[in-house]
Amino acid sequence: MKATLAIQRGAPGEVPRVESFEVAFEPGQSVLDGLRALRCEADPSLAFRFSCINANACKECMMLIDGKVDYACTVRLKEGVTALAPLPKKALVRDLVTEIAPPDERLLPRQ
Amino acid sequence: MTAQANKGAAPAHIETDVLVIGAGGAGMYAALEAAKAGASVVLADRSLIGRGGATVMAQMTVAAALAEQTPDHWEHHLADTLAAGRGLCDERLAALLCEDGPHRLREMDGWKVGWAREDGHIKQAQAPGHDRPRCAYVDFLSTGPAVSRALRAQLNLSRGIRRIGELMIVDIALHDGVACGATALHLPSGEAVTLAAKAVVIATGGLTGLYRRNSASSNMGGDGYALALRAGAELIDMEFVQFFPIGHLAPRLVGMDPIMWDPFRYKLGGKLLNAEMREFEQDYATLDTRSDGRYVLTRDLATYAITREVEAGRGSPAGGAYLSFQHLPEAEIRSAFGPVVDRLAANGIDLTKRPVEVAPIAHYHMGGVRVDDTLRTAVPGLYASGEAVGGANGANRLSGNAITEALVFGASAGRNAARHAQRNSSRWSAQAARPALDLLRSAERRDAPNAAALVRDLKALMADQVGPFRTEAKLQSALAGIARMTSEIGEVPFSSASAFDPVLVDWLDLRNMLLVAQSVAVPALARTESRGAHQREDHPGLDDGWCVNQIVALSGDSALELRRAAPSSGRAAA
Repeated sequence: MKATLAIQRGAPGEVPRVESFEVAFEPGQSVLDGLRALRCEADPSLAFRFSCINANACKECMMLIDGKVDYACTVRLKEGVTALAPLPKKALVRDLVTEIAPPDERLLPRQ
Repeated sequence: MTAQANKGAAPAHIETDVLVIGAGGAGMYAALEAAKAGASVVLADRSLIGRGGATVMAQMTVAAALAEQTPDHWEHHLADTLAAGRGLCDERLAALLCEDGPHRLREMDGWKVGWAREDGHIKQAQAPGHDRPRCAYVDFLSTGPAVSRALRAQLNLSRGIRRIGELMIVDIALHDGVACGATALHLPSGEAVTLAAKAVVIATGGLTGLYRRNSASSNMGGDGYALALRAGAELIDMEFVQFFPIGHLAPRLVGMDPIMWDPFRYKLGGKLLNAEMREFEQDYATLDTRSDGRYVLTRDLATYAITREVEAGRGSPAGGAYLSFQHLPEAEIRSAFGPVVDRLAANGIDLTKRPVEVAPIAHYHMGGVRVDDTLRTAVPGLYASGEAVGGANGANRLSGNAITEALVFGASAGRNAARHAQRNSSRWSAQAARPALDLLRSAERRDAPNAAALVRDLKALMADQVGPFRTEAKLQSALAGIARMTSEIGEVPFSSASAFDPVLVDWLDLRNMLLVAQSVAVPALARTESRGAHQREDHPGLDDGWCVNQIVALSGDSALELRRAAPSSGRAAA
């Protein structure tokens, strides 16, 4: 099966662009599985956060998935297009990465 | 601005008494104890504070002789730990773990971790290899998150600890062979940062991220071992990688850690079946003189049993064993695991209807940084704690000792690092950070080879050739592959962007992972016997002549050196 991930990319100050990638998957695989495969097969510069991979313990992979705030590690890949974007209410770092660290745990306080 | 674009400007600089690298259970505990002893502390993590690492992933057992469930003494816990370690434990470290464990668990209890209770006492479960119920836990499968949460709450209350997430340590800074701080990459900005510290604690966890299937966070590629080696410290027992026998294999399960099945087995006695739907653990139980024939196969033997069944053509369709709870009534499963049953249902799994498939998965590293009984490495000012430490668990770790070790070694390393900082002045010089700064500044924008694919390939190589069952041919081939990849990444970092650059992170990871992979494969090749987690198909069985530790260090010309030493005996004061 094939999923299409339409990913909003770019850094602060740039006009956001949407890039689409096709990724093969088996039923049950997560959006995070798809993103990790994309880095190996298509574009290693694609930025997204994750730490625990599969356990939904670290909560770092939160992003906008088809317009809804969700975890990339628990939403399953599906056939057809899935739209991915950074969290809308957090400062953008790059691509799907936003500033989600508590302010007192950052080196440089950002807005 | 990138480190690359920032060539002329001075990097951001931070000064502290104690720098703790890694904010899992061991790092957080080290920071708390160092601050309690009066030191200023920087607690740095490449991920978010308290979210990455292994502690947060732990689901169940924390072993300590609390004597709440049944009479116990830490000497009994020590006897079990030493027996499981198959002759290779550093007895000083194992004794520290077992003696101080109950104090740390009670301190955590006071910090409202929420240990499961029954009839007014902390409930302790029986786990394989322990002679009595000794393992505390937090329901349901929440031990790790609860421990992390309790430690994070203490960090918030404590003064003198500066927490910095998203900071990847590139190298320990050295002045005349003394650790004096570190050089780091600030991930969101891509800028280099220097840190001056009178003492440095490595609390970066293990190396299971080197393997394709693993139960750890993505950032567990063994960074701390590489930092320690390049700083001049020694590593011990690196050939002993623990595989967790019943990691989840199929059907695909999201939102849960693959090691989740062990507590189900402890509580409910799930049955391990081969393709013939026959229980097979008994067939292997006789290999262990400590076995009583029930569910007591230690992890090394259970991994062996499942792998052998698969090789004999009796594996499950996905290449593992079946784990079945079908003999149990639904109500019993529900009462033991409450909300977890619903999370399984969301994944299409109904334990009353069919078994799941499980297989060995890289889980923990017995080896690690060689330290003395004050958790100090061979490098003055450099300490290690938690899973990053080698020696306490010998050739095989008992279930339940990992979180205990994180808390105990964290506390001890933090305390001793603070003491060192109080007795020594700063040895920082800008020169000490120069090599790592030059490395970061030399990064070049490149899109080939694909660094993410190289990381994937290295994990496959380690799983296939340096997994639980090894041969000379496989290990030779692994070393050749590691050498090839090392030359492929070269000495100039790849980069792709200024902010949050995953290509630069992958390159820096590969620099560490390839060195650490080699430091596992080299002693694995040398050890021509099978002991605990190190099983050589071409050298089956224990060889008494090999009751020695192997120690790895970097020589002056950056080659790995291997030597042997008798296991340390004697006791450390807790």
